[in-house]
Amino acid sequence: MVEALFWPAFLGYGEAAVAYTSMRTTRAATWGVRVGWLAQTALLVAQALRADGFPWWSWAGSLNLFVWLVVGAYLIWGCKPRYRLLGLAVMPLAAALFGVARLGGGTHAGAHDGYGTFFLVLHVGFVLAAFAGFTLAAALAGVYLWQERRLKRRAADILRLRLPPLTSLERLIQRTIVVSLPLLTLGLVAGLVRLRHDHRSLDALEAITFVTWFVYGGFLALRPGGRRGAYLALGGFALVIVARLVLSAGHFS
Amino acid sequence: MTLSLVGLSHHVAPVELRERVTLDAARSAELAHELGEAVCLSTCNRTELYLADDGDDRAVSALEELAGESLDGVLYRLHDDAAALHLFRVAAGLDSLVPGEGEILGQVRGAYESVTPGPVLDHVFRQALAVGKRVRTETAIGESPASVSSAAAALAAQVFGKLAGRNVLLVGAGRIGELAASSLAARGARIAFVANRTPETARELAQRFGATALSLEEIGDRLGEVDVVVTSTSAPEAVLRVEDVPAKRRNPLFFIDIAVPRDVDPQIAKLGGCFLYDIDDLEAVVAETLSGRRAEAEKAEQLVAEETERYRSWRASLDVVPAIASLRARAEEIRTAELAKVRVSDDEQRRTLESVTAQILNKLLHLPTVRMKEAAVSADGALYADAVKHLFGLDDE
Repeated sequence: MVEALFWPAFLGYGEAAVAYTSMRTTRAATWGVRVGWLAQTALLVAQALRADGFPWWSWAGSLNLFVWLVVGAYLIWGCKPRYRLLGLAVMPLAAALFGVARLGGGTHAGAHDGYGTFFLVLHVGFVLAAFAGFTLAAALAGVYLWQERRLKRRAADILRLRLPPLTSLERLIQRTIVVSLPLLTLGLVAGLVRLRHDHRSLDALEAITFVTWFVYGGFLALRPGGRRGAYLALGGFALVIVARLVLSAGHFS
Repeated sequence: MTLSLVGLSHHVAPVELRERVTLDAARSAELAHELGEAVCLSTCNRTELYLADDGDDRAVSALEELAGESLDGVLYRLHDDAAALHLFRVAAGLDSLVPGEGEILGQVRGAYESVTPGPVLDHVFRQALAVGKRVRTETAIGESPASVSSAAAALAAQVFGKLAGRNVLLVGAGRIGELAASSLAARGARIAFVANRTPETARELAQRFGATALSLEEIGDRLGEVDVVVTSTSAPEAVLRVEDVPAKRRNPLFFIDIAVPRDVDPQIAKLGGCFLYDIDDLEAVVAETLSGRRAEAEKAEQLVAEETERYRSWRASLDVVPAIASLRARAEEIRTAELAKVRVSDDEQRRTLESVTAQILNKLLHLPTVRMKEAAVSADGALYADAVKHLFGLDDE
């Protein structure tokens, strides 16, 4: 029964991913995001109520939570018409990852974990929230590069298909990273404490997450503007993708 | 009561004629007052008189008097729904030279507020203002700039967002350059420097914008302090070269080159963080946005048609409202008279009696009222109203 909530969420995200491709269906896309996110929220609440401990401890479960955080962060301002292209970048990714989470069993109810709930909330929650922020920053960086390219090429339709101004995008990228990096720091500290307690060494995912921290830390230290800043945000996101999709199975096993 | 419109516009009358019948706000209000219940909308593109009766001839005479000649073949006369449709299209900017231009809505508001209109004109103008607003919020018709100067400012906003606090360097005293600078200033940018080959011209223009006057030789030194550069000199060769642009800049630099031959070395566009639009680019942007406006105009026409239909329904309902009011008044009169004949000493019983009779009356009259309003919308309103008056003897009152 709880698992049935997957479908309205998935259909909402899927509808948004398709509807964002056309200017005429932007409003429908926005509603798809809202309805999907509410359905996924209900799913997460149901999972939390039924679980014995932290319900998203597995790689697929954490992917489920990650998608919810990404879409939630997007909803903060992404539904504005000018950020339509951001939706075009975020929603197909969200729908795809949500589907993967389902295939991996991350949307089922009644999960059991072997760790303390408090540790998992701190570690998984903070790291995933940070990754969601970095995902959004990367989508913003993509929109920045596209807008910059159109301005450079003097595209005649630049005022017909309006995107957010370059400086606004630059500011949003920086703010998103400013908020996300402390979350990643907290998540990593919680992970390190656990690591020392268990007398384990770093695995590949943990190592790549530290590299990610340094990349975004460097971003905040240098505050590169313009194209360089956008490329750096995208580079950091590539590491997030590697961590989330390539290495996470080993880390959660 | 009918709605009439008499007027002329840029569609049918040349500017030599329009300028003779154009009136300022005070004179427009005065003319409207002279014509009785009327509103006079007078702009550089049109002079139109809206009247709440059939006084077309008085309006025609007034306009011909202003023109000093016969206006046969130039004036248009519209009535009722057609007049309302025209006003809605005007307020929406659909009848303007540039579709969707925003100034007309303020002019319609000004004309409406300058007089004290009766119920028909009040309703149709309030609806026209709502239509104008609706068209601008529900379509993108008014979003795109329609001139090179406003396109330049809109493009700068694509880079910087809000232009408040951004500094502009204006190079040259060309008319379009000055207009572009004005458009940028209207969006909050500060015209910080004005440079020109002739120092007097630079000083004069700088004074107008509250800026600092520069010579052309000084502009390279000031590029680090500005965000937008507008050039419109008549210099035969580029006045801004790659080497003039500071290598280390934190913010983007946006060049608007309106001059022919061009003032800005095209190589500057290849520098990181530099954006350059010349006159051809700006004209291409304007052409594209105008075609976009035309596409949006189609959506706007649909909204206007919807609103005209609403106006027609409202107008039609006016035919039956007096009959409904008379019918209800008559029924109430009978109820009160009959109640007065009943002798009831108990207050409680009297209240019950009054309540029950009032309910019976309302239930009896509810359906006829609804049917009459429906009939009014389908153009049978007058017929129904006459029938009700005849059947209930309302004409005899």
